[in-house]
Amino acid sequence: MKVLVTVKEVAEVDDEFQISGLDVDDGSLEYDLNEWDDYAVEEAVQLSEADDDVEVVTVTIGPERAEETIRMALAKGADRAVRVWDDNLADAGFLDVDTKAALLAAVAEAEAPDIVFSGVQAGDDANGATGVALAERLGFEWAAVVNDFELDRDADVASVRRELEGGVEELTDVELPAVFTIQTGINEPRYASLRGIRQAQRKELEVRTIDDVGLDESVLESPVDRTDMYEPASEGDATYWEGSPEETAGELAAFLRDEGVVSS
Amino acid sequence: MSVLAVAEHRRGEVRDVSYELVTAGRRLADGLGGELNLLVVGGDVDGFAEDLNRDGVDTVYTVDDGEEFNHGIHAAAIERLHADLEPTALVAPNSVDGLDYAPAVAQRLDVPLVTDVIDFEVDGGGIEVTREQYGGKVETTYQVDADQYAVTVRPAEWPQAEDRGDAAVEPIDVDVGGESGTTVNGFEEVGGGDVDITEADVLVSIGRGIEEAENLPLVEELADTLGATLSSSRPIVDNEWLPKNRQVGQSGKVVTPDVYIAIGISGAVQHVAGMKGADTIVAINTDPNAPIYDIADYGIVDDLFDVVPALIEEFGGDPPEV
Ligand SMILES: Cc1cc2nc3c(=O)[nH]c(=O)nc-3n(C[C@H](O)[C@H](O)[C@H](O)COP(=O)(O)OP(=O)(O)OC[C@H]3O[C@@H](n4cnc5c(N)ncnc54)[C@H](O)[C@@H]3O)c2cc1C
Repeated sequence: MKVLVTVKEVAEVDDEFQISGLDVDDGSLEYDLNEWDDYAVEEAVQLSEADDDVEVVTVTIGPERAEETIRMALAKGADRAVRVWDDNLADAGFLDVDTKAALLAAVAEAEAPDIVFSGVQAGDDANGATGVALAERLGFEWAAVVNDFELDRDADVASVRRELEGGVEELTDVELPAVFTIQTGINEPRYASLRGIRQAQRKELEVRTIDDVGLDESVLESPVDRTDMYEPASEGDATYWEGSPEETAGELAAFLRDEGVVSS
Repeated sequence: MSVLAVAEHRRGEVRDVSYELVTAGRRLADGLGGELNLLVVGGDVDGFAEDLNRDGVDTVYTVDDGEEFNHGIHAAAIERLHADLEPTALVAPNSVDGLDYAPAVAQRLDVPLVTDVIDFEVDGGGIEVTREQYGGKVETTYQVDADQYAVTVRPAEWPQAEDRGDAAVEPIDVDVGGESGTTVNGFEEVGGGDVDITEADVLVSIGRGIEEAENLPLVEELADTLGATLSSSRPIVDNEWLPKNRQVGQSGKVVTPDVYIAIGISGAVQHVAGMKGADTIVAINTDPNAPIYDIADYGIVDDLFDVVPALIEEFGGDPPEV
């Protein structure tokens, strides 16, 4: 049995940042494994620990820099990794959901997994759409925003909970093969052990171009173009208390007393 | 040049976001100079169509199949109606269910999709949409150049349409085409227990800025000192540092206290969904650009590990060492 996990390296913006052109300046960005994908990797690794015959493969669209993040997923227990990248992708800049789903689907078709785990969303773009788009491309079943996953291998069915709004969960059975978008909190992602980190260096990390995965440059053509990025004009009209912590705490305390929130 | 918007319901009720969809959809339809048509699938479709008959809606199409949301039926119904009406814009809510069908439907219809849209402008042959990125720190615009496209709109961005309308109601039959590989067996409510944060007048709410479970006594002491209730953002509950019934936000509780003190919380949209109705919002956050300051009434841009002990001392308390 094979589990494919989509892994994205996401960018986080520093407290102080600059925008240059259509994106935040690279100097103001820090890169990390997407929070949701961390839970997706953990869910897959737990399946492989439960059954010897489960192989966990990660797939990433990203530049060489992303290999640090991919090695982290390997150190946590994934068996091997595929990274899709080439000069055309590097030049393309922004990739829309459709392009990402097409590239991931090409890799998934070659891997023929039983289960695909992806994150509910990426912390940076927050499209929340790639996993479900991928399922449709593959002709797989799917479930979005899953916070509990039980596999019945004999029946080829996963019983999951979808986390809806307002503390309501939907109990759903999904026939495999299927894509599940994983919600934070579903498990407790492990830290990579030193041994895991050493082993990860020797695991296979294959780089494939658009051509290698059987597509051509037309996959990058998109009717969706980013036209602007800017800091939103603050809608807020907050009053800021300034000064030392004692001073600001004093102001807040005075406010709370005035409101009658605290009497002491 | 019409708009097809897909309404949402759950457990017998039309969800609020559906009425917001009417407002957003009408605006879009006006921009395109065309009709706004709604689709509602499953449940008490006649009752729902009645509820959804708001000013600005031209026709409500109903598909009487199933009780609750099922993405297979939804996708089939939308595909069928989309083929008949050939709408320019397909509009769905950016809800948990919306994100369970819209990306698949957009693939199936071969139309571009932009999710979690907070604003749009119809221009020429396409549409320019606005969305947030990097946890709400920046906004981006996207130009969609296509004759047909799909968007999901962020909940609570548009007002709900309230006035009664005179829409036509039209039932349609859809052949879902075999059995769906997804079966919904029911619902369960989580987050119960002895503490009800929705009842509190004052909430001391803590986020990822607290860094470690070992530091929680600091905010517990603050809540005690103020006679307030402790609540949190999602990561605190994901880490099991606090139980689920303390979580504020989209998938937690909606709270409306007199005072909400957000400590080390960035103000992600799913968190804000649960607390923007508080009378007074105070934010303590080291990042001056944190989105929480967009909705805060008062702000302290400083380190919580300095401000919170000072605040406890202000009230004669003894801050724990963390
Ligand atoms: C489908 C879905 C549903 C969701 N539902 C919810 C929900 O119900 N509730 C919810 O809260 N989230 C929810 N989320 C998650 C949400 O998107 C955010 O990830 C989450 O709210 C972030 O929590 P946070 O603000 O505590 O953490 P972060 O975003 O990491 O923010 C931490 C903040 O602490 C500040 N900080 C750090 N150190 C200090 C310090 N020493 N002093 C002061 N400030 C400091 C930082 O500047 C930062 O702004 C949901 C997400 C999805 C996709």
